[in-house]
Amino acid sequence: MFHRLAIFAALAALPLALPAAAQGKPVLTVYTYDSFVSEWGPGPAIETAFEAICACDLQFVAAGDGAALLARLRLEGTRTKADVVLGLDTNLTHAAAETGLFGLHGLGDVDFDMPVEWEDDMFVPYDWSYFAFVGTRGADLPTDFRALGASDAKILIQDPRSSTPGLGLLLWIKAAYGDEAQAIWEGLADNIVTVTKGWSEAYGMFLEGEADIVLSYTTSPAYHVIAEDDDTKVAVPFSEGHYLQVEVAASIASSDKIELANDFLRFMVTDAFQSVIPTTNWMYPAVTPTGGLPEGFYSLIVPDTALLFGADEADHARDVALEEWLTALGR
Amino acid sequence: MADRAGPVTGRARVRAGVLPVVGAVGRVAVTRTGIAGVAATLAVLALTLGTVAAVLIRAEGGFRIGPQDWAAIRFTLWQAALSALLSVALAVPVARGLARRRFPGRAVLVTLMGAPFILPVIVAVLGLLAVFGRSGWVSQALGLIGFDPIGIYGLHGVILAHVFFNLPLATRLILQGWLAIPAERFRLAATLDATPRDIARLLERPMLRAVLPGTFMVIFLICTTSFAVALTLGGGPRATTVELAIYHAFRLDFDLSRAAVLALIQLAMSGAAALIALRIAVPVVTGAGLDRSVRRWDADRLALRVIDALWITLAATFLLTPLAAIAARGLPALADLPVQVWAAAWRSLWVAGLSVAVTLVLALAMTLAIVRHPRMGRWMEPVGYLAIAASPLVIGTGLFLILFPLTDPVALALPVTALVNAVMALPFALRALVPAAAEVESRFGRLADSLGMTGTARLTRLTLPRLRRPLGFSAALAGALSMGDLGVVTLFADPGQATLPLLLYRLMAAYRMDQAAGVALLLLGLSLAVFWIFDRGGRVDADV
Amino acid sequence: MLTFEQVVLEQGDFRLTADFSVTRGSRTAVMGPSGAGKSTLLAAIGGFFAPAQGRILWQGTDLEALSPGKRPVAMIFQDNNLFPHLTAFENAALGLRPSGRLNTKETARVQDALAQVGLAGFATRKPATLSGGQQSRAALARMLVQDRPLVLLDEPFAALGPALRAEMIALVKSLLVSTRATLLMVTHDPADARALGGDLVVVADGVAHPPSLAGALLDAPPAALREYLG
Repeated sequence: MFHRLAIFAALAALPLALPAAAQGKPVLTVYTYDSFVSEWGPGPAIETAFEAICACDLQFVAAGDGAALLARLRLEGTRTKADVVLGLDTNLTHAAAETGLFGLHGLGDVDFDMPVEWEDDMFVPYDWSYFAFVGTRGADLPTDFRALGASDAKILIQDPRSSTPGLGLLLWIKAAYGDEAQAIWEGLADNIVTVTKGWSEAYGMFLEGEADIVLSYTTSPAYHVIAEDDDTKVAVPFSEGHYLQVEVAASIASSDKIELANDFLRFMVTDAFQSVIPTTNWMYPAVTPTGGLPEGFYSLIVPDTALLFGADEADHARDVALEEWLTALGR
Repeated sequence: MADRAGPVTGRARVRAGVLPVVGAVGRVAVTRTGIAGVAATLAVLALTLGTVAAVLIRAEGGFRIGPQDWAAIRFTLWQAALSALLSVALAVPVARGLARRRFPGRAVLVTLMGAPFILPVIVAVLGLLAVFGRSGWVSQALGLIGFDPIGIYGLHGVILAHVFFNLPLATRLILQGWLAIPAERFRLAATLDATPRDIARLLERPMLRAVLPGTFMVIFLICTTSFAVALTLGGGPRATTVELAIYHAFRLDFDLSRAAVLALIQLAMSGAAALIALRIAVPVVTGAGLDRSVRRWDADRLALRVIDALWITLAATFLLTPLAAIAARGLPALADLPVQVWAAAWRSLWVAGLSVAVTLVLALAMTLAIVRHPRMGRWMEPVGYLAIAASPLVIGTGLFLILFPLTDPVALALPVTALVNAVMALPFALRALVPAAAEVESRFGRLADSLGMTGTARLTRLTLPRLRRPLGFSAALAGALSMGDLGVVTLFADPGQATLPLLLYRLMAAYRMDQAAGVALLLLGLSLAVFWIFDRGGRVDADV
Repeated sequence: MLTFEQVVLEQGDFRLTADFSVTRGSRTAVMGPSGAGKSTLLAAIGGFFAPAQGRILWQGTDLEALSPGKRPVAMIFQDNNLFPHLTAFENAALGLRPSGRLNTKETARVQDALAQVGLAGFATRKPATLSGGQQSRAALARMLVQDRPLVLLDEPFAALGPALRAEMIALVKSLLVSTRATLLMVTHDPADARALGGDLVVVADGVAHPPSLAGALLDAPPAALREYLG
């Protein structure tokens, strides 16, 4: 048995022995969240595209999700090896800016195709979508939060303490209802089947039929249309408007490859990067590629109103809203 | 003490008796054993308390434990206690049935029934929901006869899920106790014409009194770190556990001191529970002899047969139906799994292999030191239990903080995963090995001393061969648990080196739920296979 | 009379035949090499091992249909004869009522039995605090209150020293005088068989030979026994 284990250990060490970097070229290290670099995310295609023009070696480093990414960066501080951080959203940018780790992008004016005016000299958006409730076509689904609360529709949401969409919903209701947010949550309490740790659990449970609707994105139905040829999943337009999620990237000020980092940010808003986004991240590209969006994206609902807290308001709104949420659902 | 431990195996008794005489010979070996044990214990301490300390050192400012945190602590303790109580209470009649009945497929059933314990959380939850969810099989069946779907979400859902996870472990531990009652005692009872009630009084209740407290505590400890299961089935923030409060502190507020203090509270709760568990009798976990059943002359009555059949059927249905759901859901996708799956499966297998090796080394080093140096053993053994209760998030963060200044943590992601998984399996390995090793010392220690067997010779010629069965069981559990664990290192996982559970999550995050279901089935199969191979390996050709 | 009527005991490769009778009230030692089937023979009488062929009869009645507890048999094993969590008194009382609930008369009977085996002052002691000899005595006290006509001892004193063993055998003999029970005792020591002063059944080479006088047999052992005695 112990000989066998020794062999096991030797095999185990093998993958580590492989050289980590290609020789000679400068290495650009991009920190991002895990699903971005996964085999089904945008990472692989973007790595190939950028390496074709940069004469560099692009290396992704993954850390959980956006919040985990920022936490890791804070743990590393100025000693971080990151040159670029990609995958924060507007709920995190305020805290991110306060770390003092990020540099200005100096990109000048970019013509973003987003429902909000983007003015930020530090964070560059690369994709966005609206949070939305996704249900089944044909079902009689409520179209605002009050009606949802009054209905007997069953919904699945994520916990704002452990999930990005969960936090998005918190801010969505806070942005739409302000001081009345807690009352809205109290109305929703009996509709909520359960609260999950992350998006995957909730969405998986929804597809298995555990609830009528699930908190996700307006762009989620595009996956089913494009990848599965299934148009039965629809996002429900809410009359209050929809909260926006904008995902951004920024360079690390102390990076010794700041030029290369800024090259990457510039590359990020070009077609080569942006055209990968829709069918890998299932979000809207921040700049619509010249070829337009994939077919399935044009059938998606487009909310009349986009809701979004400014980066500096989001922190405060979050703390208040979380208290209200815990109070309303904790009973 | 002696009479309480007696019905279990008598091992606890011999252990107490043997300790003072050991070590009269071969001081060199004894010292080496001690050093190895201390080193292993320190490694476990570094991973548990050390990581918390690393987080605390890095934290800025004071901490504040608010009313919400206290609510989380209360809920954690409450649900863990209820879950453990129910798991144990239900396991008793199931174990009794399995102990006194023989039927075709019994061995397979015992192995399969162990599967929930080693399943990845998300897979188990989806399996449970396929059966007990709002659109699950039970609700559909109820719908056919005009009833509303059952509401699984709430405290009862949390407990249902925890019972699903832990009933197999409880059953196995209690079954072990039953089978450890010497066969002569049952014969003796039979010649006395004892009724089942008499046998319960004479044999079974004393055994249960010895076995149940420890079983309860082990399951209690496991349930204290529950997070995703408690939240998902608990139905909302009412079901906030300490681990979720740690997430809150870490992710939303980046409040490291609060996260660390909560982790310490979690460790303290569990440390206390472990100490109590060791005070009261703790069950003997060995892989030995589960395939036999005790011939019972009192239990041939029809009523008892029906009761046993009922319990076994109920438990098997409860535990196996969700597994069947996972299999049914995953089967169609098995044919077109993405190619990355196989690389990930291979990676998971060697992480499991590494984890098995580390578990065995740590567990052996600690076991021998505990057995040969009882005074050290008194504080070593509880340390071995701490890991069950350590917050995965804080361990991951602490490890990151420790490794980051020294090296690239990403390069070490998989070995570190293996190490952490190994420490998580350590408590079960210790439970299996310590009593067995104590027995070996008491039976053969003097003989070995008189023959001058010390050091390596004693280890390879006496200790290891005699410990084959518990070693096999420890390896089996360590391997299977490691296969199913996402690992604590999601904070710094290497993107190109996904393990199978991580790949499962990635597929789900990429909307590919069907393929994820296929991977879940593969993972289930591989975990069971790993368990079976090691467990068998410990038994084949093992001289009794 | 205990009768083995063309009994065949089988388990895997193991096979043992027995075709003889044991007189009522006699004391019979059972000897033979390890693994020959001595304990299996006793287990078959006790109802723990069903014969593949043949019948075992007590006073002309086939025992087969009776469960171990209903057979006219009291049994003492090599180990684990006492429940470690019960006192000597409680252990002995099991022979009367497995439920342990005794009336005054029954209590007196158990105390009497303890006195007979020399454990008068030890009633409240648990097995762990008794010496090996005292543990054997407690088991004998239980056998006494069981009051069954057939007593089977499966190397019950194997762990005791020669002097103590002789003392126990003497005790057993004196107890049997009052109960007049039939005794079968497995032993590996010819001295035990002599001390018992009755018959001897030799179990060897797949056969349990009919009993004959122990003293004579040991003085002029037949081939099978000679080989065992060495």
